[in-house]
Amino acid sequence: MTRALLLLRRRLVGSVFVLLIVVIGTFLLLEAAPGDAVDAYIVSTGGDAGMIELLRHRWGLDQSALTRLATYLWALLHLDLGQSVTFSRPIRDVILERLPNTLLLMGSATALSFGLGSALGIYAGARPGSFRDRLLSIGSLALYAVPGFWLGLVLIIVFAVDLRWFPIGGIESIASGRTGLDRAADIARHLVLPVSALGFIYLALYLRMMRAGMAEVWRQDFVLAARAKGLSRRRIVLAHVARNALLPLVTMLGLQSAQMLGGSVVIESVFSVPGLGRLAQEAVAARDTPLLLGIILVSAVLVIVINLLVDIAYAFLDPRVGASEAGA
Amino acid sequence: MSEVTISRRSVLAGSALLLASTALPTIGWAQTPKKGGRLVVAADSEPRNLNPAIVASNGVFFISSKIVEPLAEASFDGKDGLDPRLATSWEGATDGLSVTFKLREGVKWHDGKPFTSADVAFSALQIWKPLQNLGRTVFKDLEAVDTPDELTAVLKFAKPTPFQLIRNALPALSSVVPKHVYETGKIEENPANNTPVGTGPFKFAEHKPGEYYRLEKNGDYWGKDQPYLDEIIYQVLPDRTSAASALEAEEIQLAAFSAVPLADLDRISKVPGLKVITKGYEALTYQLVVEINHRRKELADLKVRQAIAHAIDKDFVVKTVFLGYAASATGPVPKNDPQFYTADVPTYAFDVAKANALLDEAGYSKGDDGKRFSLKLLPAPYFNETKQFGDYLRQALATIGIDAQLVNNDSAAHIKAVYTDHAFDLAVGPPVFRGDPAISTTILVQSGIPDGVPFSNQGGYKNDELDAVIAKASETLDPAARTELYKEFQKKVVADLPLINVAEWNFISVVRDTVANVANNPRWAVSNWADTWLEA
Repeated sequence: MTRALLLLRRRLVGSVFVLLIVVIGTFLLLEAAPGDAVDAYIVSTGGDAGMIELLRHRWGLDQSALTRLATYLWALLHLDLGQSVTFSRPIRDVILERLPNTLLLMGSATALSFGLGSALGIYAGARPGSFRDRLLSIGSLALYAVPGFWLGLVLIIVFAVDLRWFPIGGIESIASGRTGLDRAADIARHLVLPVSALGFIYLALYLRMMRAGMAEVWRQDFVLAARAKGLSRRRIVLAHVARNALLPLVTMLGLQSAQMLGGSVVIESVFSVPGLGRLAQEAVAARDTPLLLGIILVSAVLVIVINLLVDIAYAFLDPRVGASEAGA
Repeated sequence: MSEVTISRRSVLAGSALLLASTALPTIGWAQTPKKGGRLVVAADSEPRNLNPAIVASNGVFFISSKIVEPLAEASFDGKDGLDPRLATSWEGATDGLSVTFKLREGVKWHDGKPFTSADVAFSALQIWKPLQNLGRTVFKDLEAVDTPDELTAVLKFAKPTPFQLIRNALPALSSVVPKHVYETGKIEENPANNTPVGTGPFKFAEHKPGEYYRLEKNGDYWGKDQPYLDEIIYQVLPDRTSAASALEAEEIQLAAFSAVPLADLDRISKVPGLKVITKGYEALTYQLVVEINHRRKELADLKVRQAIAHAIDKDFVVKTVFLGYAASATGPVPKNDPQFYTADVPTYAFDVAKANALLDEAGYSKGDDGKRFSLKLLPAPYFNETKQFGDYLRQALATIGIDAQLVNNDSAAHIKAVYTDHAFDLAVGPPVFRGDPAISTTILVQSGIPDGVPFSNQGGYKNDELDAVIAKASETLDPAARTELYKEFQKKVVADLPLINVAEWNFISVVRDTVANVANNPRWAVSNWADTWLEA
């Protein structure tokens, strides 16, 4: 356990700097984008010069960029994410409302692509070069090449519009008054299509990585030894080959989490899921700088935490890694 | 609608509508409305302020017009094109210094308190005039509101204000909010701006951000037996393709404001149980306009502007960009306006040879590469059609040797570039005609507007004669004389081309045929839906 703690401390110190760079970078990028929150707002309302001046003042946009950045960082130091101009509400509340949906979507999609991808990878890698291996490799590559929104739209047309097995979008039935298990089942039904759309795209990565890893391990001496021992092929595949090929996939899991967050922006829009990705898109369109900063901070923390968990898992799975990290 | 160009497509859409109505003879026929039911509607955005007295915009009205009512609503057949709501009658004094409203009796706010003239006085003086996006212009001379009794409100103006303008402004600009809710604290920060309290047929129930708004029936509504619906749900569908799928999957029953893209209408009109409706937006006409920066020396030359007008094939734009769901424009007032429109204006027929000749005459001859000069063209990103027209305009200008470089921005960047920074030569914009040229149309060409005001003349155009007509119309009390002045205004605009009006369009609704009483007034999508009901 101490090994994990040491790793944690080291990582946390590094993370603070990463987060600071992320915040300042995002702030500057948004500052460089033409138009501010008031410009974005008056698109739908119009208004005269007096009204516009009033709004800029009320939303604090009449101050210099530097002052606003300093104010933001000072508040952040007190763990205050500030107030969203788009929602006229504390940003913490807005984000906390959406975070569970995104986590649910990302978590399920990751589980799907990791679980199914590595299972199929084992299946394909058990007999490298066989027909099923080629079929799975080509099939998964085709899925990987498909844009996420397109796959989402196809799923909607087939399974929601034509067959009507699943709802076209949303996270749960509207104002249905469901509770407990009933509600969970309802949410699960709503998640089937978006999770499939997001998960299937990344499935290929795990599949091919697993397959390639296995193909490599097959050539190792210990596999030969296992064969010589007279172990069943099944046992060799699962306990010896697959197990050794699994480690790089865990690393991939951490790296993928950031990509998955990006992919969810598109999928959340297509399936009308009220999540962080869609919120980020709205924040950019509305030039709601503090809101976007809040979302990016939360996402960055998320990615850091996931990678930390992956590292800790790694340390347990492979004793060689942890020892050198903790000692350093 | 009779003056709108009829294309093959709109005829087809119309006949599909007819078929649907013969298949289901109940639609449109006088039948006893059924009570109850939940109407689920597509919403593409979530306005950050739901108070229509502060933000008079269609996005806000779409939801809040069911909760908060104006003094009067637009009507196809009512006197002056109006139907009474919170006011039962209105009368302007001959000197233009006051307008007297008689208010409806027995109306209650959603929290049970009675509605009185004090609420009208408060809304007018504390909100419409100082805070409302449109009211700040129209009610600028409003000085006081007298309330001789609980059911009479007299608007007093410091300067003569045309009654015709006030009347035309009533549907969009006169939403009344409760004084007792707003009188303490800052109006702009009042929580009721997001959970509105009104007198309308529906009460605000809840908003789940990113998911839906829920409105529920107001059991104490003043309209006899109304409303018929139990609930209205606005389901937030941010993706452009979602509304059509949701309609087909029977998850929603109505997609208004062209939430279903024009390209999908043909297909969706053939889906059994769905209707494509082109009515119900007559008082919210959008105009496709080429905005011109007159600071550019070439564009300051009338001949160049005329050449550009001649280079645009308006019929092609209507047919190709709008797939027939639009009409070509003749000038700054749309053809479907019943009061002010005149066809008696100069015209610019599609004529590339003439356009080229005009440019030669102006002294901009073609260079060796066939180009005369280049321009920066900024199409507004708000609608698919404004972007597509930008692509068309670039090609049309190429045929007359003008090299237009497209600059695509998102909404906030576009607004800043055009209306604050003036960093454009040509822009494509969609201004709205709101029933009276003085509300949001004359501002498009009038001079002396400060920088940064969106949807106004930011092209540096100045025409003293035109300014004089606009100024005169704003103080002319006699409706006939005022209308004449606006006809003069249209002629002058089309003659001098401060901007070029290309087309005008109204939105389209797609609706399940079980929804009754759809599109029965010219602002239907943004009216109160008290008489809307669901079959079965």
